[in-house]
Amino acid sequence: MSLVRYIVRRLILTIPMLFGITLVLFLIYNLVQVDPLVMIIGERAMDNPQLVEAAIRKWGLDRPVWEQYLTYLTNILRGDLGTSFLTRRPVLDDLRTHLPATVELAVSSLLFAVLLGIPLGVLAGVYFGSLFDRSVWFISLLNGSLPPFWTGLIFLFVFYYSLGITPGPGRFPPRMERPPVFSGLLTLDSLIAGDMAAFGGALSHLILPTVILGGFTLALVLRVTRAAIVEEMRREYIRTARSKGLAERLVVVRHALRNALLPLVTIIGLAFAGLLSGAVMTETVFDWAGIGQYLVRAAASLDYPAIQGGTLLIAVIYVVVNLCVDILYSVLDPRVRHG
Amino acid sequence: MANSLSISAAEGLPRRTWRRDLLKHMRRYPSLWLGSSLLGLFGLLIAFAPLIARYPPNQQNLAMRLKPPSAEHLFGTDELGRDIFSRVLHGGQISLPAALIVVTISLTIGGLLGAFAGFFGGFIDDLIMRIADVTLAFPAVVLALAISALLGPSLNNAILAACVVLWPEYARLIRSQVIVARTFEYVTAARSLGRREVGILLRHVLPNTWTPILIKAALDVGSIILLVSALSFIGLGVRPPTAEWGSMVALGRTKFYQWWVATFPGLAILVSILACNLISEGLRNWLDPRT
Repeated sequence: MSLVRYIVRRLILTIPMLFGITLVLFLIYNLVQVDPLVMIIGERAMDNPQLVEAAIRKWGLDRPVWEQYLTYLTNILRGDLGTSFLTRRPVLDDLRTHLPATVELAVSSLLFAVLLGIPLGVLAGVYFGSLFDRSVWFISLLNGSLPPFWTGLIFLFVFYYSLGITPGPGRFPPRMERPPVFSGLLTLDSLIAGDMAAFGGALSHLILPTVILGGFTLALVLRVTRAAIVEEMRREYIRTARSKGLAERLVVVRHALRNALLPLVTIIGLAFAGLLSGAVMTETVFDWAGIGQYLVRAAASLDYPAIQGGTLLIAVIYVVVNLCVDILYSVLDPRVRHG
Repeated sequence: MANSLSISAAEGLPRRTWRRDLLKHMRRYPSLWLGSSLLGLFGLLIAFAPLIARYPPNQQNLAMRLKPPSAEHLFGTDELGRDIFSRVLHGGQISLPAALIVVTISLTIGGLLGAFAGFFGGFIDDLIMRIADVTLAFPAVVLALAISALLGPSLNNAILAACVVLWPEYARLIRSQVIVARTFEYVTAARSLGRREVGILLRHVLPNTWTPILIKAALDVGSIILLVSALSFIGLGVRPPTAEWGSMVALGRTKFYQWWVATFPGLAILVSILACNLISEGLRNWLDPRT
């Protein structure tokens, strides 16, 4: 199968998935024994006959269920996710203002995990069974057992309150002027504005949440790299490379690591799900104004349109990331396309 | 026979006894035994919490608010003067059984659905697996959060939400196992003896698929402890005043100078998840030596 055909096929397969996601969200909202009207306009607006009338018409609540689903779909495609009870703004606008914070945190966590996880994983794999390997194994096991909402608090206790070497919760130094909004990513925006003090401030606020959120991904990257290196180092081409007199360092970096990186691409998708899940907890602890925190606040105050919209956005991001990972993988490893 | 026995005795070879076998097993799979002992010990402490803890978990004593750990209050007290040691032990009576229930239900439902899908294929397979795919398209915490928010905060709803996000993983795993196992010759043999298909699936195929499932189940008990406590932490799981680890950590969120309020319940979560991960790792080394 050619690359283009594979990509097209993969794209087409994504469409039913997206329908499925909206259907699941629609169904779980319909199975709950709460008046759908209350879910759309909120308890307080129920006394206002005009609002009630408008909502019934807009979401087709006087129509059969399948027509309601179609209305729901049409509204989503128009970019209308309803209005948040809490902020009284369209959910889509809320999501738009909260998304960059989550993207910034997720990207920096992913970078942290990859930049630290690959070298450590390679070393552990090369020195398979050594004391270093076993300590790395133990630390990553411990890391995988830490509840992020708790570790976040402990880090704040230690590094912010006790030692005072990192800033506290939030995305930006409270008394500093924020850079003009361009991408919504505070680090990027301050760089664009050429404001190095703001860049430093934004970066220092990233440190703790990145370590907490990236820690989970780090353990995953490390384990996969280690296993892949151990596997590759047993292959015959490694023996060939060694026997032609190549320095061991080059054998590892140029030959083994290159092939070991392939499985890593596939786990990036998995890692991303972990980051989105983890962001919910990490953002809550660090008062990070992203999608995760938005969802938690919405859930705590039963802001149904916001919960539904936020969940939908995260699921769509997740599906798209997995699509990109699959395509990237098929570019890197032609065997996938033929398999 | 008698001869060979006497030779081995003469050469001083250790005789095989169950005690030696057990010791050998413990030395070869330390993480399995470390994890099981940790969980077992913790489980005992939790089961006998009312006998071990000096104070009832919800007994308030406003004169003793926010006291640091001492001989009287091993883990200190919280803002209502409740004994944190007692609350940590009693909190385990929620988290551990809840996690076991979630894994059992998901394993049973997901397992049966996955087994039928893999064994019979065709339309059933497509239907079940597409539902599983769509459920897995949501990151677990996010879907569980949405479901428990909709159903309202309670332990039962948190358990239900956790089951909804967990079952498809088992369906997928068991389906892939069954697809491999159904091609084995003993299946053909059973079929040629006239066994019914469902009987073949339940009696011959499924018993040969349990290794990776057991490994995953041990791991998942830990993940579900984390998920349920995370839901409680954000106020969606267990409601106060019931002692639960996640909501206890949440109580310590603003107590930066009273570190013990959040630290000890968090350590309890850490230790129980660590024990589950060790058990899973050990089971993998023992039962599935290829990896």
